[in-house]
Amino acid sequence: MIDFLQMIISGIAVGSSYALMALGMVLIYKASEVPNFVQGEMALLPVFIAYMIIHSYGQSVFAAFFGALAFAMLLGCLLEFIVVRRAKNPNILGLIIITIGLEMVLLGFVSWKFGADQRVMPFPISSYSSVMFGGVYISILDLLTLVAALVIMTGLFFFFRFSKLGVAMKATQQNETAARLMGIRTNRVKMITWGISATVGTVAGLLLAPVFMEPYMMWDPMLKGFAAAVIGGMTSLPGAVFGAYIVGIVEHLFGGYVSMEYKAVVAFAVIVLVLCVKPSGLFARHYVKKV
Amino acid sequence: MDMKRSYYEDIRLFPSCVTVFWAVVLLAFLLAYPFLFKNYYVYMANYIAINIIVVVGLNLLVGYTGQISLGHAGFYAIGAYATITLMSLAGFPFLAALICAGLIAAAFGFLLGLPALRLEGPYLAIATLGFGVTITTIIGRIEMLGGRQGLHAPDLVIMGYPLDTDRQFYYLVMIITVLLVLFARNVTKTKVGRAFIAIRDAHIAAETMGVNLVLYKTMAFALSAFYAGVAGGLYAFVLRFIEPGLFSLFLSVFFLTMAVAGGLGSVMGPIAGAIVLSFLDLQLRNILSIPYVGDWLRHLSASYFSLTGVSNIQFIVFGAILIAIMLFEPLGLYGLWIRTKKYWKTWPF
Repeated sequence: MIDFLQMIISGIAVGSSYALMALGMVLIYKASEVPNFVQGEMALLPVFIAYMIIHSYGQSVFAAFFGALAFAMLLGCLLEFIVVRRAKNPNILGLIIITIGLEMVLLGFVSWKFGADQRVMPFPISSYSSVMFGGVYISILDLLTLVAALVIMTGLFFFFRFSKLGVAMKATQQNETAARLMGIRTNRVKMITWGISATVGTVAGLLLAPVFMEPYMMWDPMLKGFAAAVIGGMTSLPGAVFGAYIVGIVEHLFGGYVSMEYKAVVAFAVIVLVLCVKPSGLFARHYVKKV
Repeated sequence: MDMKRSYYEDIRLFPSCVTVFWAVVLLAFLLAYPFLFKNYYVYMANYIAINIIVVVGLNLLVGYTGQISLGHAGFYAIGAYATITLMSLAGFPFLAALICAGLIAAAFGFLLGLPALRLEGPYLAIATLGFGVTITTIIGRIEMLGGRQGLHAPDLVIMGYPLDTDRQFYYLVMIITVLLVLFARNVTKTKVGRAFIAIRDAHIAAETMGVNLVLYKTMAFALSAFYAGVAGGLYAFVLRFIEPGLFSLFLSVFFLTMAVAGGLGSVMGPIAGAIVLSFLDLQLRNILSIPYVGDWLRHLSASYFSLTGVSNIQFIVFGAILIAIMLFEPLGLYGLWIRTKKYWKTWPF
């Protein structure tokens, strides 16, 4: 029983970082219908910038993280403004290809700059210290990730509910033409959405970096986040979070009870099963195209 | 441009005597190639020809049927492993093993095509991506297939003749490539190919007109997987050694890059894309030994970047190619060729 609880808790902890990636993806997919393969690398570059700020300029961890988040905002906006917006009436394949291209450029740049060496991100909390609740261990870093994910989710909820920009974003997502007629600059709204998405992803990246830091570190969270977003239906924020926790928990239960070796790929089996039953994910209304 | 007046004019393999002439020149060049160039270039030609097979097959799926696949490295791996296993464990002769491997890959393609019937867009992308990643992981865990250590290819004997140099292997690869490319080109002109195109352009309208979506979508997946499987089998004998790490997600992306760069929805485009990008790939693998650029890059890397990561420049180059193609010429090299041709045909006007 304790084992089972431990697996659930670890699954939730891992699920939190997937949830952050999935939230970023869903934000962008809702705003501009782009399946965003560059989500991981939009977080990777700021994480390495934070590392650089700490190591080359000797600033504190706090300042570095703040700088990284600001940089992520800027990077997201720039990617949309310089590249994605320039595509001439692209179809979904074109957008996938553009984001894969961006992903390769950013990944190539980071691994060229930082080489293949293992690095450690300095962090005030050691990744080994943990607390115990009734026989179940949870590392403080995981707890922090969980708290960060919850804070960001509630933050996004209030943002979409009560802020002017959030409401404008919702309007753009629902009906772009109508939103533009109401005086919303939809292009600018989309650009800011990309910025917010990159920032949310960077939070996940910064919390993963103390454990494991190298140019490929965001691949796995990105793919799992994508899988989670697809399970949730690509257009629903609560769905993405729910999907992320499902992926995290199923992964850990599978790793614990069935086979450790196939743990990494079980998420994809789950999504293929889910998609066979509900082709648009669990939380999206099935979209019927008019001819 | 040249207007087609009848159906038979459209399906003809060679539209004019000029094309026949160029086709003969090309065949003569391909025949003489191993005598004209050094060994390394023969190896390069083999590598390029194999990529051509995969990309032409991928294009049948992505360019003609409009289904996204980010899992072709999986079919490629299935083909490579199936060929070697059938030969060394079941004692099949090479050609039989190659065809069986293609059929096995096609069976997997059919299976992947089944869920794909209901999926589109990002859902299909993640499902195929998951397939590719899963296949490689599973192969890497099976002891019979060599696990992580990989497998060595057995000796290659065809009808009593051993083929053990790149030059001898070259002719086999070229014959298979030319046959498969011609087959793909002809498929696009038949009922099947027209059905693929109809599905790509408007699948609901196609279904209303009587195109069987279940049949043709799974057929597109199976056909495309067959091409990848055959190419994988040949690749195993070009490298003579395979391991699961070769068939990563990046390979799938690389195949897609070649197809997109060449131009989706044509047969000649992907061939051009495969030639250019495979050549670039082989050159960028040892980027520091390229004249002029290499020295400059070494200097640049040493002062601002890192020398250990210099091989990652190829990601930057391929990524930039993908973005540039999508932004400026979505039809790729083929679109560029069509535009240039049109421009010069009407030139002073």
